[in-house]
Amino acid sequence: MSNHEYTPSSKFGKWFNDRLPLLTLANHLTDYPTPKNLNYWWTFGGILTFCLITQIVTGLVLAMHYIAHADMAFSSVEHIMRDVNYGWLLRYVHANGASMFFLAVYIHIFRSLFYGSYKSPREIIWILGIIIYLLMMAAAFMGYVLPWGQMSFWGATVITNLFSAIPLVGESITTWLWGGYSVDNPTLTRFFTLHYLIPFLILGLVVLHIWALHVPGNNNPVGIDIKKPSKDTVPFHPYIVIKDAFALLMFCIVFALFVFYQPNILGHADNYIEADPLVTPAHIVPEWYLLPFYAILRSVPDKLMGVVAMLSAILILAALPWLDTSKVRSAVFRPLFRQFYWILVADVLILGYVGAMPAEGLYLLIARVATAYYFAHFLIILPVLGWKEKTTPLPLSITEPVLGGSPNLAAARSDEKIEKTIK
Amino acid sequence: MRKLKNIFFVLIFSVIVLNSSNSAEKSPPFLETKWTFKGLFGKFDRASLQRGYQVYTEVCASCHSMKYLTYRNLAEKGGPEFSEAEAKAIAASFEVTDGPDSTGEMFVRPAKLSDKFVMPYANEQEAKAANGGAYPPDMSVLVKARKGGADYIYSLLLGYSEPPEGVELDDGVYYNKYMYGNKIKMPAPLSDDLIEYTDGTKATAEQMSKDVTNFLMWSAEPHLEQRHKTGFRVIAYLIILTVLVYFTMKKIWSRVESKV
Repeated sequence: MSNHEYTPSSKFGKWFNDRLPLLTLANHLTDYPTPKNLNYWWTFGGILTFCLITQIVTGLVLAMHYIAHADMAFSSVEHIMRDVNYGWLLRYVHANGASMFFLAVYIHIFRSLFYGSYKSPREIIWILGIIIYLLMMAAAFMGYVLPWGQMSFWGATVITNLFSAIPLVGESITTWLWGGYSVDNPTLTRFFTLHYLIPFLILGLVVLHIWALHVPGNNNPVGIDIKKPSKDTVPFHPYIVIKDAFALLMFCIVFALFVFYQPNILGHADNYIEADPLVTPAHIVPEWYLLPFYAILRSVPDKLMGVVAMLSAILILAALPWLDTSKVRSAVFRPLFRQFYWILVADVLILGYVGAMPAEGLYLLIARVATAYYFAHFLIILPVLGWKEKTTPLPLSITEPVLGGSPNLAAARSDEKIEKTIK
Repeated sequence: MRKLKNIFFVLIFSVIVLNSSNSAEKSPPFLETKWTFKGLFGKFDRASLQRGYQVYTEVCASCHSMKYLTYRNLAEKGGPEFSEAEAKAIAASFEVTDGPDSTGEMFVRPAKLSDKFVMPYANEQEAKAANGGAYPPDMSVLVKARKGGADYIYSLLLGYSEPPEGVELDDGVYYNKYMYGNKIKMPAPLSDDLIEYTDGTKATAEQMSKDVTNFLMWSAEPHLEQRHKTGFRVIAYLIILTVLVYFTMKKIWSRVESKV
C-alpha cells in the first residue's frame, strides 16, 4: 500500500523480483500502514493465525501415530498418550488448542461487532471470516469424533442425525454421510479425511481474509476512515509486530496453564470411555464452543425448524453488513448500540450456559427467550437503531479525538518523528 | 496499562464461565483427602503407588482389566518405580499365550516386561457372564473417564452403606451414595485388613482406597510428573520473555505518542 514503487537493492533481488514479486510482497507486509490507535482487541488476528499453525503442526504429527479405525482409534490415542515421545504434549496442545482457537475467534468476532469492522468497505473480509468460522466448527466437530470415545460417537450420532430432518431426502443423506446405517467405521475414516482437509481450506481462506483486509486497511477503535500512510498510521513492522508478539505471549501463558495443569477440564469425562453403540451417555453435550448453537437447536420443538434456526443463527451474521443500517462504525460513538451490544454478549453467554444444561423446565424457557432475543437483535434492533439512534460527533482524525477539540500538540510533535522513521 | 487489565479480566471471566458450564451435576460432596499429585509441582507418592499396585493386583485385578498398561511401565520414571528386577519378577508371575512357534503351535510362557497387563477375562462377554451382567470397566483411564476424577473414585470406594428407607435393591445390587443413580453392581471391594501390605503399612479401607486411587491416577496420566515439570519451565520461560517483549514494545512505541 506504500505510495512509492519498491525496488530491491541487489541485482539478484531485482532479477528475482521482476519474475516473482515476493520481495515486493514482503515489503508491502512490513510497511503496511496500520492505524496507530489499535487496541489489544486487534491482536487476536495474529493470535488466530498462530492457533491455526499450531493446530496444523501438532495435528500433522498426531496423524502419524493415530489410526482411523473404529476398533483401534481409541487405543491408538492411548498409545500416543503413553508411548509416543511427548505424545501427551502434542495431544493436549491439539485438544486444548481447539478451545483456545475458539476463544480467540469469539473475541475476534465480538471485536468486529463492537467496532463495526464488518461495514463498508469491509463486507468481503467479514463474509470470508464467517466461512472460516463455519469451517472451524466443522473441523472441530470432526476432530472431536476421532478419539472414538463415548461423546465422540454419540455427538457424531446426534449431529449427523440432524440431516435426517431435511424433508424427502433427509434419510438418504444421513445414510450417505454415515457410509452405512449408523455411525461406524466408514463414518470415522471419512471424518478423519475431512478433518485433515479442512484446516488447509481454512489456511487458504485466511490468506484471502488478509488480502481483503489489506485493500481498505484496518478499521480502528474510532471507526473513521483515515489516510494511509499518514500521521495516523504506523508501519506494521516493528510497531504492530512487537505488540502482536506481546499479546500472543500473554495468550500462550493462558494456553500453557490449560495444557500443563488442567488439560482435561474443557473436555468431557465420558470421552475417555471407548465408544459403545449400545450404551447412551446420560447427557450428550457438545464442546463448550458449540453450546450456544446447541441451545438454539434444542429451543425449537420441531426438529427441522430447530436445524433451520441453528443454521440461520450463523448465516444471519453474513447479512450483518446490510442489517446494521447505521453509517457510524464504532460503538464508541453509538450510545444506544453500545448497550444492546453488551446485552447480546450476555445473551450468547446465557445461551452457552443453558446449552450445557438439560433441555427442560426453566432452562428450556430461558433458551427460548434467549434465542428469540438473538434473532431480534439482528433482525429488529440493528436495522431500527441505525435509523433512530442519535450518534455522538465523530472526530476528524485519530490524532484529533473529538470534533472541534484542540489538536493534541504532543501527538502532533511525535508524528514528525514517525514520518522520519517511515522514510 | 488499563487495557492490559481489561484483557486479563476477560480471560479470567471466560475461564470461569467455561468451568462452570462443565461442573453442573448434583451429587454429595466428595470425601476430602490430600493428593500429592495436585498443584504446580504435584508428584506421585512413590510408596503409595507401589502399595496401590498391590491393591490392584490382589483385589481389583480379579475382575478389572488394565489393558493399556505394560509391565515395563511399573519400572518407568514418574510411576511406582519398581526396580527393573522387581518389575521383571512381577511380569514373570503372570502367564501369557504366545505363538505360533516354528511348528505352528501356540504356547504359554511367563510374561515379560514388554507384555500388556494380563486381563482377567478373555472377552467382554465372559466378564459380563461372571459379574451378573455388569461389565467391570477397564481401569487404565478410569480416573479420567469419571467426573470428579480421583476424588470420585476414592469416595466411591468408601461410599458403600445400607440403603436408606424406601430404596429397594435387587439381588447383586449394592447401595453407594456416590454412584450415578446410587445403585452399583460391584460389592464393596475393600475392607480393613483385606490384604497385607508388603511394606508393613496398616491396610485400612481408607489407606487402600487412597493407594489404589493414586495408582489409578498414575495409570490414567503416566506422564503427569513430567507434564508438571515441563509446564513450570514453559510458563516461567514465557513470563520472562513476555516481560522482555513488553519493555521492548514500550521502547519502540515511545517513538510514537500513542498508548500501548
